[in-house]
Amino acid sequence: MAELVAVIASTHHPFYYRASTATGEDRPPFADEWVRKIESFRETLTRANPDVLVMVGSDHFHQLWFDNMPQFLVGKAPFYDANFYNEQREFGLPTMLLTGQEDLSAYVLREGMDAGFDLAYSNELRIDHSITCPIITLRPQNDLPIVPIYTNIFAPPLPQPTRFVQLGRTIRQLIESWPSNQRVAVIGTGHLSLELGGPRQFGPHGPDPEFDHKAVRWIADGDIEGCLGEVSLESLHLPGNATHGFMDFMLMMGVAGEGEKADYVDTYDLFHTMEAYFTWYPNGGLR
Amino acid sequence: MSKYLLNKFLYTIDRDPDLVERYREDPRGTVAWWEREQAGRILNCIDGESSTWLRFDDAEREALATHDYPALFDMGAHPFLTLTLFIGLFERDYEPMGFQTEYARRLSHVTMPYPDITT
Repeated sequence: MAELVAVIASTHHPFYYRASTATGEDRPPFADEWVRKIESFRETLTRANPDVLVMVGSDHFHQLWFDNMPQFLVGKAPFYDANFYNEQREFGLPTMLLTGQEDLSAYVLREGMDAGFDLAYSNELRIDHSITCPIITLRPQNDLPIVPIYTNIFAPPLPQPTRFVQLGRTIRQLIESWPSNQRVAVIGTGHLSLELGGPRQFGPHGPDPEFDHKAVRWIADGDIEGCLGEVSLESLHLPGNATHGFMDFMLMMGVAGEGEKADYVDTYDLFHTMEAYFTWYPNGGLR
Repeated sequence: MSKYLLNKFLYTIDRDPDLVERYREDPRGTVAWWEREQAGRILNCIDGESSTWLRFDDAEREALATHDYPALFDMGAHPFLTLTLFIGLFERDYEPMGFQTEYARRLSHVTMPYPDITT
């Protein structure tokens, strides 16, 4: 069976690429420390030596639209073009081409449906910065095949938080039952408190540092029960109007498992948002 | 009221570089053209299979025609779509991050709960 060698949860700040590549007067004062943190985080994936990456993220109204909106969607394609015009325009992100691990996509779809998730799928998916940002930060050589999994954290009505956790648990079961000798890492990105298009956006910190502090503890401790006890679709409006992206962190807690403390935890308090980076090595792997 | 149609306008303009410039330069004319010729287009269907029933109400049309993003927020247009397009339209006229902070300031009257964005 395949081996789950790393579980990684991260924010996906679209400005990292531009900040980290800027030079001279264009380089922001926070860039050097940010790069140092990212390179340290990257090492947690590198040392797991994965063959395949399962990438959990969310389309930001690029290919997926209100006329046909899936809740959970798995890409099944040999290749994925990446990044959209408005991401190049606003964030300076490059166009990219990623390779797909189609047999694992097929396995996740078939077995995932049989496990209780009626997953949507796409045979021609252009992926956006929720998946390319962690490629840029964690695997910039972009040399590994991926299985993209999109969640709807954007276009209500949304699935309940507990459903994200359940999907995470199911993804782990599917990977660990995949008849293959591949080493698989799961990388999922979301947000802590975040405001986009509202009065609390682009402040000196994230919109709700108190929520961020609690959220980091829930994730670092694998405290799914405590998190589910406080987080609901309604409560997530309070820390910031885009905070439902936190449910992708909850999905990753489901992959890692109840009570599983993260082996690597780091944060970086930036303008606009708190960055947060977590790695688990399942089954005592590289601890 | 059609939050869906407001969102569809923001989305279809934002993804097309030529339409972003057209909407910046001639918002009222672009909104009129779009409502007349584009509003009914189902994005995955041919033009002959367009929807026949989609219209803005007067307030929605006026908010779009005047680049009034606080009004769009109040109407429940999706804040991410509004923000992304308006950054594309006006960020160039400000210092770095200047437009984003001005945008927040112009919404500073808003209190919780925010308008419902469910479509």
